[in-house]
Amino acid sequence: MASFAETGPRTPVTEGIRVDKVHPRARLLRNIRAILVVVVALIGLVPVFAMGLTAFKSRADVVSVPPQLIFEPTLEGFVFLLTERSQMSASALATAQANEEELSLFERIALENGQRINGPSDFVTRLRNSLIIAGGSTILSVVLGVFAAYAFSRFDIPGKDDLMFFILSTRMLPAVVVAVPLFLMFRQIGLHDTHLGMIILYTVFNLSLTVWLLKGFIDEIPREYEEAALVDGYTRMQAFFKIVLPQAATGIAATTVFSLIFAWNEYAFALMMTSNNARTAPPAIATMLGRGGIEWSAIAAGTLAFLIPVVIVIFALRQHLLRGVTFGAIRK
Amino acid sequence: MATIELRQVEKLFGDFQAVKPVDLTIKDGEFVVLLGPSGCGKTTTLRMISGLEAVTRGEILLDGRNVTWRHPSDRDIAFVFQFFALYPHMTVRENIAFPLQAEGQSKELIAGRLNEVVDLLQIRRLLNARPSSLSGGDQQRVALARALVRRPAAFLMDEPLGALDAEFRETMRAEIKRLHIAQNATTVYVTHDQIEAMAMGDRIIVMSNAEVQQVGTPAEVYYEPANLFVARFIGSPGMNLVPGKYQEGVVHLAGGNEYPVPERWRRSLTADLSGEDVIVGFRPEAAVADSEAGLTAELYADELHGAHTILHLSLNGRASESIIHIRAGRGARHPIGETVRFDLKPEMVRFFDPHTELALQLEGNNG
Repeated sequence: MASFAETGPRTPVTEGIRVDKVHPRARLLRNIRAILVVVVALIGLVPVFAMGLTAFKSRADVVSVPPQLIFEPTLEGFVFLLTERSQMSASALATAQANEEELSLFERIALENGQRINGPSDFVTRLRNSLIIAGGSTILSVVLGVFAAYAFSRFDIPGKDDLMFFILSTRMLPAVVVAVPLFLMFRQIGLHDTHLGMIILYTVFNLSLTVWLLKGFIDEIPREYEEAALVDGYTRMQAFFKIVLPQAATGIAATTVFSLIFAWNEYAFALMMTSNNARTAPPAIATMLGRGGIEWSAIAAGTLAFLIPVVIVIFALRQHLLRGVTFGAIRK
Repeated sequence: MATIELRQVEKLFGDFQAVKPVDLTIKDGEFVVLLGPSGCGKTTTLRMISGLEAVTRGEILLDGRNVTWRHPSDRDIAFVFQFFALYPHMTVRENIAFPLQAEGQSKELIAGRLNEVVDLLQIRRLLNARPSSLSGGDQQRVALARALVRRPAAFLMDEPLGALDAEFRETMRAEIKRLHIAQNATTVYVTHDQIEAMAMGDRIIVMSNAEVQQVGTPAEVYYEPANLFVARFIGSPGMNLVPGKYQEGVVHLAGGNEYPVPERWRRSLTADLSGEDVIVGFRPEAAVADSEAGLTAELYADELHGAHTILHLSLNGRASESIIHIRAGRGARHPIGETVRFDLKPEMVRFFDPHTELALQLEGNNG
């Protein structure tokens, strides 16, 4: 057989690639690498996958060993998650079963367990709290962050480096250390267990991240663009909105996602600083464990519901993220 | 259009003096080139005129109006940047219309002006493209269109051709020159390329070390350099500067050469020199190879430049010292190491004082 070096590849090379990488052996290696990456990604997804399945399993299927991949899906977990139920007496059960057609889907599922739905559970409120608090704090910290980052990037601020470090240092203490004094202060000024309190708290914690990230992005936007706008007859504020912001869109998207994920996942502060009114989903899911046995399917359903908003946001911003997460690496 | 006047304008960055006090008047419709090596303060001067940089001391007047502390948007000037600074998120059309929108002009007026500049620069086909998809030359045309569309009182250009390929540079140089002739707008143009400066400027302001070295027409800075820096900087290769000792009408040069000073210069040399030391300056084309001539030098290297040949000669036979460049016909052929005899055209020779570094002036000129 003639060697590759003499005959060259069988098909013309139509991509930018080094000569030796076209060798059949090199191609095989490349494919193996690609397969490995996919396998690793799949392994990473196994828990998520298991959680997704569990959310649709019945009580019996959840605990069956070995875990079943094929089962009859049920919304039981969601019913347990989203409703408050009570056990029905024998006579009530009989009446209910007789009029089963009149019942809603959720009520019928509850009925199978001999239960009546009394109303929505507070998980719905928890999820809504999470949306308000994470959304509010993300918007606030990104808006404040983009202004601060612009100022740090463009103006001669006395003690600029020290200020930047100070902002970063707010992230250095573990939450547990500041939780108790914060709790006392919040209770004193009436912010304990309020949405506003949690939004302020998360905003402050996220600011270090947003200012630093956004400063990096804005530093990369050449000053000439603004200067051009200035001599073209615009004020600095107009130049900021018309020229800098559109170009920082990628950075803002990436920062928004990072900041949202932090606020959305935050557990320690939420556990300490909220009790009922402003309690968010993460501590709520965790405390579900303690209520009359472990409702695995309800927990899985809760986690799944908890996952969806973040996935939607990331999906919506995905185009920006690809360039965003490699910031600084690519020169225009 | 407008005149631009700088009065004792000065810039400090901390303790670093970026521009030493400069007085300058740029006439209405004039094309002035600020020329100098990088870091000489020419861009800073331009940015001070535009208002993108605040002056440390001094005053800037536009058409007699003191604009020293006016916002850049309030000065009615257009700035063309080296890297074009076209807004990447806008189309070419939006880029060009952007300055007019700042003035709140009507849609009809914007469309009319847009058509005008688009035709002038022949960029109609680019209108819906994004800047990033254009070639360097086209990007610069769009940048010029954006500057022209507002009909500003003056144009400031910061090395507008610096980011272009050599091939485009020549084309755009001609285009900018034609635009200037057509518009007759006051233009201040910054460059470090002396060929560009010579080709484009009505007047050249040579800067070095934060200081203006000479202000003059291209011919003046070329033939009458005010000091050693200008003599070296202008021209390619620059002026030959040969140190020697002046004694009684003759300059003694390296290699035993003796150059008789032209009659009309002798009084200046006697009166103005602080000692015997003098530097003889002459352009490569001022030397004429002639087998009967009085100066001799050894051929060190030669370069054919197409239309002519540059001979590198060593006055004393040593390679690293006393090299001079002279221009000869393209047919000139000499073996390396041969002795070449040459003479200098008397009207093209200049003399410099090595201590003050200034050019000597003809006594006759002053009175």
